[in-house]
Amino acid sequence: MTNGAMSSAVGALASLPARAVEPFWKWAQRRLGMKALPWLFLLPNLLIIFTFALIPVAINVVFSITGSDNLYPSQRPFIGLSNYRTLADCGNFLDPSTCSRDLFWRAVGNSLLFVPLQTLAMVGVALMTAIALNKKIRARGFFRGVFFFPVMLSPVVVAMTWQWLLQRNGVLNAIISLFGANRASWLADPNLAFFWSIFVTVWAHCGFFMIILLAGLQSIPTDVYEAAKMDRASPFRVFWKVTIPLLRPVLLVVFVLAVIRSVQTFDEIYVLTGGGPGSATMLVVQYIYETGFAQQPRNYGLAAAGSLILGFVLLIFTLVQLRISRGEND
Amino acid sequence: MRPQKLLSQAALTTSLVTLLVGAAFAQEITLQADPEVRIRPLVEKFNAESPDIKVKLEDISYQTTVESLPIQLASGQGPDMAVVTDLGGLSKYYLDVGPYVDKAYFETQFGQSLAWLRGSQGGDAINGVPITLTVNGAFANATLFEQAGVELPEEGATWEDWAQASKAVADATGLDFAMEIDRSGHRFASLAISYGAELVDEQGNPVVDEGLRQAIETFAQWHRDGIMPMDLWGAIGGSTHRDNFADFINAKVPFYFSGSWKLSPIDKDIGGLFEWRAVATPCGPSSCTAMPGGNALVGWKHTRQPEAVAKFLEFAAQEENLEYYLSTAVYLPTASSLVEKGIDYQGAPASVNEAMALFTQQIPKMAPAAHQFQGWAYQRAMMNAMTTRISQVLNNELDVDTALKRIKEDVELAISAGK
Repeated sequence: MTNGAMSSAVGALASLPARAVEPFWKWAQRRLGMKALPWLFLLPNLLIIFTFALIPVAINVVFSITGSDNLYPSQRPFIGLSNYRTLADCGNFLDPSTCSRDLFWRAVGNSLLFVPLQTLAMVGVALMTAIALNKKIRARGFFRGVFFFPVMLSPVVVAMTWQWLLQRNGVLNAIISLFGANRASWLADPNLAFFWSIFVTVWAHCGFFMIILLAGLQSIPTDVYEAAKMDRASPFRVFWKVTIPLLRPVLLVVFVLAVIRSVQTFDEIYVLTGGGPGSATMLVVQYIYETGFAQQPRNYGLAAAGSLILGFVLLIFTLVQLRISRGEND
Repeated sequence: MRPQKLLSQAALTTSLVTLLVGAAFAQEITLQADPEVRIRPLVEKFNAESPDIKVKLEDISYQTTVESLPIQLASGQGPDMAVVTDLGGLSKYYLDVGPYVDKAYFETQFGQSLAWLRGSQGGDAINGVPITLTVNGAFANATLFEQAGVELPEEGATWEDWAQASKAVADATGLDFAMEIDRSGHRFASLAISYGAELVDEQGNPVVDEGLRQAIETFAQWHRDGIMPMDLWGAIGGSTHRDNFADFINAKVPFYFSGSWKLSPIDKDIGGLFEWRAVATPCGPSSCTAMPGGNALVGWKHTRQPEAVAKFLEFAAQEENLEYYLSTAVYLPTASSLVEKGIDYQGAPASVNEAMALFTQQIPKMAPAAHQFQGWAYQRAMMNAMTTRISQVLNNELDVDTALKRIKEDVELAISAGK
């Protein structure tokens, strides 16, 4: 059999399922009309989104306006906006100690500091790593693997490993004491603990963003760089005038994904510091978790109200991203 | 084929099928427990003696017992049985095995502990078997005290006495810190009650008083003076339970406050590396109280095999089985007959037996407030609030007055959420 004959045979075989369902689509088109038919195609996805996204949001809304520690909505009395009022009961939003739920507002304050710092660090490190690993360096494949490896680890494993390194009698202190330096309280000082929270989460996740950026870098045509080289542009100028503009759509996606992931940060910090020292590294998600699941009795209503507020903030981020990406496309 | 042969073959097949079906349909019930409870030998004994019911033991961490299990229960899911420590807080999920067991025996053996299991539900239900009694308690590294030339404080010594003596030992032996206490509201409650804190009143309302204030102030001062490290209470946030017992096992701290459940790990991990002692609970201005605690083996309401669950609970409650379990797991008994008789911890070295005897001596010294707090349905809410707010005080996020106000508000909010 010639190559051409083989490929047409394969093509005919591949089109068999399509031909088998063709009568059904024709029938559906006749019955539903051209306008309604696309909805039929969308139906499976819509069902999944409805079941796993919209229904949970609706349940969350129900929980946020009902009380008691019962799990079944039918057993929870309606309390209106009481949970939202409890969270919003604040003398001065800039001073959490004046708020009824001071820990929630401390967590909001921490998140407002953590998210921009961690996102900038994450995108910055991922970009630098991607650029370095896009060059023809020795053992490039190995280093790509090394930087991506932490992404595959469980967040709990990541946190416990770093805890082992950073604790009072940990590896880092053992190393610095070899050089005669005093041991430091890496996780017992609020500022240092905040720094390490950012460091550990960046270490754990930057490989994921690095891969996306690496793909973006590889899609930039090499002739653009060759032209810049012929123009004797400096590496710095090439970076700002060639790489960044051509990478902007990918950077935007990475930036938005990094912001969303940063807002949702929980596991690593919960295991590493438990939100401490005091409440120095407590983020909003931890507050929601502790209120809804670690406290006794469990205050599902207050946790649901907090999570809806968080969801609302994330929705705003997403809308801003959509707006910016539309602007880019235009 | 001859009819006789046919008949014998049929009989053989029938008995084989019956045997196989019987084995396949032996009732299986699940039990979840923290491996530190060391209940496996008792389960194996039951499985060996009971052909009809098999108990499948699933190991889960303490944190899972405290955080995830209650959510499973709230949704009507979960194992048939579990070993729990939040005795009163889960009372609405317990299976009343009263209809299946000898109630009078349970009442005689476990009296007061059964009331803890009833929590805010009250009544006369038999909600489980309070298998172990635990007692908060202190451990001292006698070798370090000896090396430092410091006398071990005698029974009746105060918390301050221990703080000063341990500090002297730490200074003399070049250790970083003198004392450590598990990051646990339950452990802090011992200190607080010995300083006169009431924690809960007769009506079940949270109490923040002068005793609690003094305890928090003293505790914070120990951290500021470098007597205690910030690693545990200072470095961790929220209500997370944490211990740093490895410091004691590695001879990095001369005094550690934890509890009787640590005896078996101590014996195993320290061995003969240094001489350790369980010491009498330090005294505060009000009392020399430890906190009672313990584990209860309970069945859950949602089980589809209540009779099988009751059978295992009844088996575990029998004096000889309980004694077998306690002696191998090295725990104090709650059963009155075993309290009277005493337990021979077979195989345990003399140091462990001495320590158990000392912990047993602490039981009558427990303040009434300690018993009341232990039986309070909202005990965990108070413990979580104390842990969270004390850590904030240590990090200068709150002053002690504000912390007290916040503790009360947190517990009141928790109580209103639980209604």
